[in-house]
Amino acid sequence: MASITLENVGKVYPGGTRAVGDVSIDIADGELIVLVGPSGCGKSTLLRMVAGLESITEGEVRIGDRIVNRVEPADRDIAMVFQNYALYPHMSVRQNLAYGLKNRGTPRSEIKRRVDEAAEILQIGPFLDRKPRALSGGQRQRVAMGRAIVREPAAFLFDEPLSNLDAKLRVAMRLEIKQLQKRLRTTSLYVTHDQLEAMTLADRLVVLNGGRVEQIGTALEVYRRPASVFVAGFIGSPAMNLLDARALPHLPGSAHAGTIGIRPEDLTVTPDGPIEFSVTAVEELGAQRLVHGLANGEAMTITQPSDATLSDNMRLSFDRGNLHLFNRETGRRID
Amino acid sequence: MKRTIFSNQLLPWLLLAPQLAITFIFFLWPAGQAVRQSFLREDAFGINSSFVGLTNFRALLSSPEYMNSLQVTAVFAVSVTIMSMGVALLLAIAVDRMLKSARVYTTLLVWPYAVAPAVAGILWWFIFNPTIGVMPYVLDVVGYDWNHISSKTDAMLLVVIASAWKQISYNFLFFVAGLQAIPASMREAAAIDGAGPVRRFFDITFPLLSPTTFFLLVVNIVYAMFDTFGVIDATTEGGPAQATNIMVYKVYFDGFIGQNIGSSAAQSVILMLLVISLTVIQFRWVEKKVEY
Amino acid sequence: MIENRPGLNAMAHLVLILGVVVVGLPLWVAFVASTHTATDFMSGTVPMWPGPHLVENYSLMLERGVSTSGTPPVARMMLNSLIMALLIACGKIAISITSAFAIVYFRFPLRGLAFWCIFVTLMLPVEVRIVPTFQVVAGLGLLNSYAGLSVPLIASATATFLFRQVFLTMPDELVEAARIDGAGPMKFFRDILLPLSRTNMAALFVILFIYGWNQYLWPLLVTTDSQYYTIVAGIKRMADAVDGLPQWHLVMATAVLAMLPPVAVVIGMQRLFVKGLVETEK
Repeated sequence: MASITLENVGKVYPGGTRAVGDVSIDIADGELIVLVGPSGCGKSTLLRMVAGLESITEGEVRIGDRIVNRVEPADRDIAMVFQNYALYPHMSVRQNLAYGLKNRGTPRSEIKRRVDEAAEILQIGPFLDRKPRALSGGQRQRVAMGRAIVREPAAFLFDEPLSNLDAKLRVAMRLEIKQLQKRLRTTSLYVTHDQLEAMTLADRLVVLNGGRVEQIGTALEVYRRPASVFVAGFIGSPAMNLLDARALPHLPGSAHAGTIGIRPEDLTVTPDGPIEFSVTAVEELGAQRLVHGLANGEAMTITQPSDATLSDNMRLSFDRGNLHLFNRETGRRID
Repeated sequence: MKRTIFSNQLLPWLLLAPQLAITFIFFLWPAGQAVRQSFLREDAFGINSSFVGLTNFRALLSSPEYMNSLQVTAVFAVSVTIMSMGVALLLAIAVDRMLKSARVYTTLLVWPYAVAPAVAGILWWFIFNPTIGVMPYVLDVVGYDWNHISSKTDAMLLVVIASAWKQISYNFLFFVAGLQAIPASMREAAAIDGAGPVRRFFDITFPLLSPTTFFLLVVNIVYAMFDTFGVIDATTEGGPAQATNIMVYKVYFDGFIGQNIGSSAAQSVILMLLVISLTVIQFRWVEKKVEY
Repeated sequence: MIENRPGLNAMAHLVLILGVVVVGLPLWVAFVASTHTATDFMSGTVPMWPGPHLVENYSLMLERGVSTSGTPPVARMMLNSLIMALLIACGKIAISITSAFAIVYFRFPLRGLAFWCIFVTLMLPVEVRIVPTFQVVAGLGLLNSYAGLSVPLIASATATFLFRQVFLTMPDELVEAARIDGAGPMKFFRDILLPLSRTNMAALFVILFIYGWNQYLWPLLVTTDSQYYTIVAGIKRMADAVDGLPQWHLVMATAVLAMLPPVAVVIGMQRLFVKGLVETEK
């Protein structure tokens, strides 16, 4: 068990392309941190830099008290779960789990004990003598986790481990990973592009964009007080309404702001509301419905209970405290 | 290109060492020697040699024997290619219609690939043996007096048949693979459009098979030019009267039997240029594929 | 097949049966000839059915050979061929797989040059550089040795490219997982890469065994001591020698024996053979 510290970490490829810049994160011992962002935001590169699979060109990565910038992946005391699992196809599940321990000269009895224990935790005991190709996607995913667990490493690194599973299994495995991590209390760094997965799993999440950190915080902090226009648009489903402040001059504080944001659930239908809203489409979700429309020519979405009556033209009101204002130049939040 | 690589600097050289050593000692160095020797002339005792520039090449290109060899090689390569690819294509189309029996036929047709060219030569030499062979006996009935020991045409026919026979299995396998790669839906669509089997072959199958055909064309020419040494040496030895003296055989004959190193080296260089251009053709156009 | 046309099917069968007969004719004729005596050919009519002298002819050739031709017993030549074929096949696979590993999994200065050196061998078949290569081998004192028979033939761009292709299609994550599991390059090569390339190696082995067994020109040049004669090269010497005194039945018995091992490999391992053939042409 150990903390992980990233200090002004950056990555510039030999060709001069910058993938990651000036990232600083403190991960406490036992914490589960999720790196989230759109594809190409540098989250996987960052994870692979912590793993030692990519060189670190700027800054410092520490695992525990040790600077690991030049340490081989095998000597960093980390374990990694890959998106495509990367199980060794010619080895049985047992051999897959044992391979890393064997390479480290772990005594045979100890290997057996740890493999059996991991198999027990992950309920893969019946498959131990099968080859990976004889397993289902979910089972392979468990084996990949098992390979990380048996090592009893200082940290787990997850690289989009659920994206090869179907939607239903993904939700189930998400919960299992969370429970497992709480039980083992192993410091974990988890990469995903799915903001819902990020919110549900993370103790804290790190939103990345263009290789830089946009915001670090708990799911609620990031949801309630997005630090930038990008975070506001990326976190939350349905997405926050982001309106050009110039189009809504009568809204308070809009003088300094470039963008004003308000979440769909923070807009209420009232007969005398200040915003005129004409409905263009309705999406039924079951418990509620999403109502899309136009307000002063800008696209806007609101959520309504599924039993609410709708008309083509409605008026909307909001609580001023629920408005998010973002600076015209920097896109950062204005408080 | 691999994303993750090992950082050792010495290890890759150790891993490459055996291959590079053999390549250098037995390929690059001799090839260099051939180029060097092609510009030299040795004296009668093979002790001294002097630089003669392009004399060896000039002598070759003005030699009727070498011109004859070029012509013989061209006739031989084209005949082998056409005969072997034609028969193979016919067989491949027939097997492509088969469901259950395809495997049996394939097994019975591919084994000649394993026969050495020299052995293939011996077999056909025997079959066509003017005194005791089966074929001259049959040909005699139709009034053809076969004799590959005296007749230039018969000798050429013999080596072409022996060489083409051995190559049928290779072409057959690639044509079958090519045919199977054509989606059934294309032929079905053509059938629905009212095209009969023959029309379908010329309008759909053959054009779609062109990448395979082109690839095999190059492979067969290379085969006929370089891998048929055994066929020639085991049968006609280039005769009668140079009628089957293809270029690779002449290099060997002039170099080893005739001991004319300079001329043999010049021929080697010309052959090298030929292989290089054939390889370039293969990589340039076959890689890009003649496709739709 | 799109529509059922009995006429076309019958024709296809006819074409195939004819093809099988024509392709098989030389083998049949050779086999028949190898079961007769020399005098059977003198009668004027060629025998078309096997005679009673199969065991006699074959055991004569295998054990004693034709002494007047200067060739050793066929069994000896077959053993030489086997050794040569195995050395060539295994040697090619060994040096190609390590070179491909170096080229794919490492970055080092002059890597491109090394790659081109290997590539160039494609363009230099032995027939083309025959005289100087012979001089090199003679200079190294390798004439009349198994090393001389095999080593000059084991550099192979084709095999290297095949393994390179195989390695390139292996997921990057596999080597990454192995590195995290504490495997260095050689451990990764031995534990992961080699086992995963097993079928490719087997397919290549089939092709290379045939290639090695069927070598002709090279053994003809580098062996003058009959103890090193291979069967494919020896058969020509035998045919030459018997030209005066026609012993075609013995030559054909030798031809059948020369074909037997590689043909058995092709038929017995047809699946691997086809895989190897197709892969080496990629």
